[in-house]
Amino acid sequence: MTPSLFDRNVPGMTERLQSAVVGIAGCGGLGSNAAVALARAGVGTLLLADFDRVALSDLNRQYYFQEEIGRLKVEALAARLRAVRPDIRLVTHAARLTPENAPALFQPAELLIEAFDSADSKRWLIESWSRAYPERPIVCASGLAGCGRTQDLRVRSAGNLFVCGDEEADKRLGLCAPRVAIVANMQANVAIEILMSRGERVEP
Amino acid sequence: MLTINQRDKLDWHPGMTVREMLEAMGYSYALITVVVNGEVVEQDDYETHAIPDEAEVTVFHLAHGG
Repeated sequence: MTPSLFDRNVPGMTERLQSAVVGIAGCGGLGSNAAVALARAGVGTLLLADFDRVALSDLNRQYYFQEEIGRLKVEALAARLRAVRPDIRLVTHAARLTPENAPALFQPAELLIEAFDSADSKRWLIESWSRAYPERPIVCASGLAGCGRTQDLRVRSAGNLFVCGDEEADKRLGLCAPRVAIVANMQANVAIEILMSRGERVEP
Repeated sequence: MLTINQRDKLDWHPGMTVREMLEAMGYSYALITVVVNGEVVEQDDYETHAIPDEAEVTVFHLAHGG
């Protein structure tokens, strides 16, 4: 049998995730780490959106590298994802997301990962996504700053809204690789759980 | 009677809005998102959105950082 990248995947997962289309709103600490996890898990298509470029201070927690400083995050991340999985389908938007353009940019996505920095932005993304696509899940992050307190991190949900984190720790505490990456991977894990539980993809 | 965050009970009255529910519960966080019976209620509607009796309400706090 030909070796496959997915030989060690959870049974049944590869087939289901192959048809999945997941949007990632923001490619910073949350979005870059969640994207890598979803790509490795086998999600077929990722839509990546971020207006920003890689800066030195991003490297303490975001999935970027020294030689990428100054590059558009969506382009740097797309290259890393293709280096893991050349077959992955990627759509990149190097644009500032707004309540007006986000639903249209992510229209093909059956599930959205909220990966913004500002809480105000988190809120309008939840509102605009839920208004446009009330039946489609949005997986958010809130409360991932600081270090330690691993036991406070959790997932709460209501309807199609899922929130990962402790819902308290604010970025004034500082942002550090382990806690940001844990919550980003919680988001990816929740997304996979939702996709698996919903079975075959329904065309959006 | 409303159930808040799957735990707290709150007396309900006809026409009770999301804003009244938040005040009664003592939620002072500026940045939150509210789900009533599985539907997100937008911030602009907190003063007008009437919560039905026996509703399941979830209040999420949104903290900066990403």
